Amino acid sequence: MTQYILSTVSLGLLWAILTIGVFITFRILNIADMSVEGTITLGAALAARMISTGYSPYLSLLAALAVGMAAGFATGILHTKLGIPALLSGILTMISLYSINLRVMGKANISLLRMDTVYRGLETFLKNNLGLHNIGLGGIELEKTLAVGIVGAVVSFGIVFLLYWFFGTEIGSAIRATGNNHNMVRAQGIHTDTTIIIGLTISNGLVGLCGALIAQMQNFATVDMGTGAIVIGLASMIIGEVLFGKRNFLLRFMSMIFGAITYRLVIALVLKLGLHSDLLKLFTALTVIFALSLPKLKEISATLARNFREAFGNRKGGMPHA
Amino acid sequence: MLRVENVVKIFNRGTVNEKTALEGVTLTLSEGDFVTVIGGNGAGKSTLLNVVAGVYPSDSGHIYIDGRDVTKLVEYQRAKYMGRVFQDPMMGTAADMEIEENLALAMRRGQRRTLRWGVTASEKKIYRDMLATLELGLENRMGVKVGLLSGGQRQALTLLMAILKTPKLLLLDEHAAALDPKTARKVLELTDRFIQERTLTTMMVTHNMRDAIQHGNRLIMMSAGQIVVDVSGEQKMRLTVEDLMVEFERASGGDAIASDRMLLGN
Repeated sequence: MTQYILSTVSLGLLWAILTIGVFITFRILNIADMSVEGTITLGAALAARMISTGYSPYLSLLAALAVGMAAGFATGILHTKLGIPALLSGILTMISLYSINLRVMGKANISLLRMDTVYRGLETFLKNNLGLHNIGLGGIELEKTLAVGIVGAVVSFGIVFLLYWFFGTEIGSAIRATGNNHNMVRAQGIHTDTTIIIGLTISNGLVGLCGALIAQMQNFATVDMGTGAIVIGLASMIIGEVLFGKRNFLLRFMSMIFGAITYRLVIALVLKLGLHSDLLKLFTALTVIFALSLPKLKEISATLARNFREAFGNRKGGMPHA
Repeated sequence: MLRVENVVKIFNRGTVNEKTALEGVTLTLSEGDFVTVIGGNGAGKSTLLNVVAGVYPSDSGHIYIDGRDVTKLVEYQRAKYMGRVFQDPMMGTAADMEIEENLALAMRRGQRRTLRWGVTASEKKIYRDMLATLELGLENRMGVKVGLLSGGQRQALTLLMAILKTPKLLLLDEHAAALDPKTARKVLELTDRFIQERTLTTMMVTHNMRDAIQHGNRLIMMSAGQIVVDVSGEQKMRLTVEDLMVEFERASGGDAIASDRMLLGN
């Protein structure tokens, strides 16, 4: 049980990186960027291909970051320079990446079993030094799970602090303002095309990195592993915002990590409670639909409550209407 | 300071909706000129302001600011020369950002953005003093998100942002029109004060004839994409709403009357 929760948390820490990427586009730039569905696979595919052909897993992370950024840059160009609506730009990048990902991998999936990963070194170190087996705690892969958790925590919290700094700088402020008000930003002499492209580039770079880390955690990459990633990111983001608040900017970023972990715990829980795993994506989509429609639902319920009061309430006042 | 030379702007050219918004407008503003621009709906006054600001490219003609030909520069490139306030109070500020962050964005108008910190401690002191001159108590709320301010407060802040880095040209597009009368008066007073303190070259578009007469040293009236009245100095000081009405009817061929809004203001 402990290990089940631990591995869920570790997984959440990796998906947190995607959640932060989604937050940058959806909340900061105010753009629904679909390219992430392709970029997460791109990062995974490239890392898997590189590792299986003998490159260093660390180098594969850098490469995944770089190609993710390139994909985000492409979406940015489609949207700003070619005037294609943001949503469609993302979809076009996503579809293009499907073909590209197949070419990168050379087949529909690559297994990384018994190959070197970024977790391997730490895993070996933990095996040799913690002595979990001696105290009867050693599950089959407990050390691996711990290694994933540690790497995930270092990377995701590192990214949060880096982004907190970046979005406090002059360029970062300009990007934040762009998501608010294009008119104002241009009137202050900032090229909104540039700020949008930078935002999309950073976001997709992170998502590519996330894909590479996930592929190495699960020991494989498949061409369709990105399907639904945007919805998972949105669900995690909303859970983070609702449960962990929006007070200041650093906390908003932190809450993305906690949101991603909570999302994984919720999924693990509903699976334990007997939800068929086929229904997982439907469940996630319903969560997002519910959360995004919450303001509207509140409005409707307030109207209903008022109508109800007008119809049945105020008995003391005698006849409700003359 | 500003020279607009024979500028033509046609919207939807070649379609049934083709509309000539500016028909060869020529206008020169000297340094320190404060010109008010009036005219009926569709007269071209906002288009003129937006063509100067670079929001729309002009179809022909030239625009010079401080002797430099800016005709080919787009909106964000021209921003270093001008401060702007819009009719919609929401349009001039970033709602999700703090007051001081908005000011910091305006302080760097026209400068290359770097990876230096967005708001430094030393500039916060400047902002506090500047905000205090608005007399709205905003100097004690610098960390508040702008979205929480009222329309009037946001418009006063936008005005401060427009002049924070002294502009060559201040463009005001009916910036008091969306405010209640009391707030509008306050914003116009602030406008006058800033312009006088810094002798800013200003173009102020307004619907309100009385405001157009009371403010500035020069008044132009537009009709059908052309400047039809241009008065300044003594002549402008003697101008009355009735005079403007006569001019307005003559300009529009007598078949149009000024809207109530122009006569009475808001």
